[in-house]
Amino acid sequence: MSELKMEKKHFLSGDEAVAYAVKLCKPDVIAAYPITPQTVIVEKISEFVAAKEMDCQYLHVESEHSAMAASMGASLMGSRTFTATSSQGLLYMCEMLHYVSGSRFPIVMVNANRTVAAPWNIYGDHRDSLSQRDSGWIQIYVENAQEALDATIQAYKIAENSCVSLPVMVNLDGFVLTHTYELVDIPNQEMVDEFLPSFTTTNKLDFNNPKSLCFSASPEWQTEFRYQQYEAMEAAKKIINKADEEFGKIFGRYYGGMIEEYRCADADYALVAMGSVAGTTRLVVDKLREEGKKVGLVKLRSYRPFPKEYFQKLGRRVKAVGVIDRDISFGYEGAVYSDVKGALFHPGAQVKTINFIAGLSGRDITKEYLTEMYQKLEAIDKGQNIAEVQFTGLRWT
Amino acid sequence: MRPDLHHLFRIDKLPHIWCPGCGHGIITRTIGEAIAESDLDLEQTVIVSGIGCSSRASGYMNFDTLHTLHGRALAFATGVKLSNPQLNVFVLTGDGDATAIGGNHFIHAARRNINLNVILFNNNIYGMTGGQYSPLTPTGKMATTSPYGNIENNFDIPALAIASGASYVARGTAFHDKLLVDCIKEGIKNKGFSLIEAMSMCPTSYGRRNKMGTPADMLNDLKTSAVNINVAKKLTPEKLEGKFLIGTLHHKPYREFTEEYDKLIDRLRKEDI
Ligand SMILES: Cc1ncc(C[n+]2csc(CCOP(=O)(O)OP(=O)(O)O)c2C)c(N)n1
Ligand code: SF4
Ligand SMILES: [Mg+2]
Repeated sequence: MSELKMEKKHFLSGDEAVAYAVKLCKPDVIAAYPITPQTVIVEKISEFVAAKEMDCQYLHVESEHSAMAASMGASLMGSRTFTATSSQGLLYMCEMLHYVSGSRFPIVMVNANRTVAAPWNIYGDHRDSLSQRDSGWIQIYVENAQEALDATIQAYKIAENSCVSLPVMVNLDGFVLTHTYELVDIPNQEMVDEFLPSFTTTNKLDFNNPKSLCFSASPEWQTEFRYQQYEAMEAAKKIINKADEEFGKIFGRYYGGMIEEYRCADADYALVAMGSVAGTTRLVVDKLREEGKKVGLVKLRSYRPFPKEYFQKLGRRVKAVGVIDRDISFGYEGAVYSDVKGALFHPGAQVKTINFIAGLSGRDITKEYLTEMYQKLEAIDKGQNIAEVQFTGLRWT
Repeated sequence: MRPDLHHLFRIDKLPHIWCPGCGHGIITRTIGEAIAESDLDLEQTVIVSGIGCSSRASGYMNFDTLHTLHGRALAFATGVKLSNPQLNVFVLTGDGDATAIGGNHFIHAARRNINLNVILFNNNIYGMTGGQYSPLTPTGKMATTSPYGNIENNFDIPALAIASGASYVARGTAFHDKLLVDCIKEGIKNKGFSLIEAMSMCPTSYGRRNKMGTPADMLNDLKTSAVNINVAKKLTPEKLEGKFLIGTLHHKPYREFTEEYDKLIDRLRKEDI
C-alpha cells in the first residue's frame, strides 16, 4: 500500500482508515491484541511497521489488560501510544481504563463497537463503550471511515492538550464501518505534523527529576484528584470544539466538535443519533423535509464529555426529541437518552421525548424504522400516548 | 463419523464450520470416541470451552455444554466441578485460550490438581482471529503479528503443566488419533488434573503463511515430527533433534482438590458434634 499517493481518495475500510491515521500520528509504542472486528487495524499497522513505513515499537501482548498496561507503561515514559480493541476486550481492560484516566495519561484507543456477551454475538452496538461511561475516558463516536481517520488524528490533539491530559476512545461501529469500504482522503504528513506537534509532557518518569507516579491518595486528597479530572473533562468540551475548528482550517473538513446539527434550525422534531446511523438518518431527514415535515438530526459526537449546554438550549427550541440508543441500561432506559433527557428538561423546556432502543447486536436500523421514529415524535407532540421506551423492530409487542 | 458415536454429537449442527483441512474436527471426534469407550454417565458429563475455533467444539457435542469467555474456561469449569464433584467435567481450549489470555487459570487449576479433563487443541496460532502468533507459535515462524518471524520463546505445555502440578499429562496429534483417544481415556481415569495436549493444525491462518503445503502435508508433518515416548527412550539425543514426544508423559496421582475439600468439610462437621 506504500505506493499510495497522498492527498488522493483511497478506497479503504474503516479499520484501514484508522490504521492510516495512526501512521500519520507517529506513535512511539503500539500494543496490540486481536479481537474481531478491530483486528484489521492492528494488522494493518503491523504491516506498516514491517515495511518500515512507521518507526515505532510494536508489541503483541497476551491480553487486552496487558495491552492497556503496556500502553500506560509507554505513556509514562513520555511516549505517544496507540491501541485498539472491541467488546469483550474493552471489558477485560476495564480496570486499566480507570487506572489510565486517573493517572491522566493521554492514550488514544480506537474501539470497534461490538455488543457484549452473553449471548455471544460479534456484531455492532454501543453496549461495550457505553458500559465504560464512567471510566474517565473521553468518548467520540464517528459516522464514516473518513471521520474515523480524522477523529483519530484529532484525538491525539485533544488528549495531549495540557488542560485535558485525558485518554480518548474513538468509537466506530463494528462491521458497518470497520469492514465496509469508502473513498477516504488520506491527509499528507506535513499537514498532520503541522496540526499535531510531537508529544511533550511533564507527567512522565524523568531521571533528572525523579518522582513517583501511580501513587495512593488518602481520603484527604482523593476528592481533589477527582475534582481535577472533572475539570479536565469540562475543559475538554472547549478543546474538542477547538481541535475540530483547527482541523477544519487545515484539512477542509469540519465535524462540529461535540455535536453536529443537520437541518435543525427550524425543526420541530429532532432525532439524536451516535455513530453510523447518523448517515441513514440524514437521508430520512431529507426525504421527510421534501414532504414538508420539519425534522432534523442531532449527531452526538462526544458522549463524554457530554454537551449538556447544547441540549439545554435545544429543549427550548423543538417540540419533541427522540434518542436512538444502540444500548440499554437495564432497569432504566437507554444510557444516551437519560443524559439527553436530563439536559433537555432545563427550566423553560416543554419538550416531549421518546427513547428508541434500536440496532442491538448488529440489527439494521432501516430508513423505514427511522421514518417511524419521526412519526412517533409527531404523534406524542399531538398528544398521543406512546410508551417512553420503544424497542424498535421487536418481534412481538 | 462412526454411527455408534452419533448420539454424542449434535448431528443437526453438522457440517461444522471449521475450514477444510482443519485439525480441530479430528480432535473433537477423538474426544467423542474416548468418552464412548470410557463408560461415563453421559447425563453426568459437562463440557466447558473458552473462545476460539477450538472452543467451538463444545457446540457440536451432545452434552450439557458451556461456551464461556476467552481464557476463562478453566475458571468456569472449576466452579462447575466444585458445585458437584460427581460430574465428569471436560475442558476444551486452545493454545491462545489456555496459555495467553487464560494462562493464569491454567497454572492454578493444575496446581490444585482439580479433577478436570483438559484437552488443549494446539494449532500454534490464534486461528479464529486470523493468525496472530500465540505463546505456542514456534520461534521464527510467521504470523500476521510477526511478519519477520516470531522472536518470542514458546511454552512447553506438558512441562508447564507438570511443573504446575498436573497429575496426568499426555500429548497426541490429529494424525495419531488412536493414541490421542487412549491418552484422553487415561486422563479420564486419572483422579486429578489431566492435561492432554492435542497437536492440531490450522492450514488457513498458520500453514499457508508458513508455506507448510497442503493440509495433508501438515498432517504428514505431525506424523514425522512426533516420536512415541516409549520409542524415544531407545533413541539418541541426535535422533530426537527437532522432534516432539507423544504418549503419556507424566502420571503421578496425588491429593485431588475436591476430595480434599470434602474431607475438610467432613472433619469440621465431626468436630462440631
Ligand atoms: C477478551 C477477549 N479478547 C479477545 C477476543 C478475541 N479472540 C477470539 S478467539 C481468540 C484467539 C483464539 O486462539 P486459540 O485459543 O489458540 O484458538 P484457535 O482459534 O486457534 O483454535 C481471540 C484473541 C475475545 N473473544 N475476548
Ligand atoms: S482458522 Fe484455522 S483453526 Fe480456525 S477453523 Fe480454520 S483451519 Fe481451523
Ligand atoms: Mg490456537
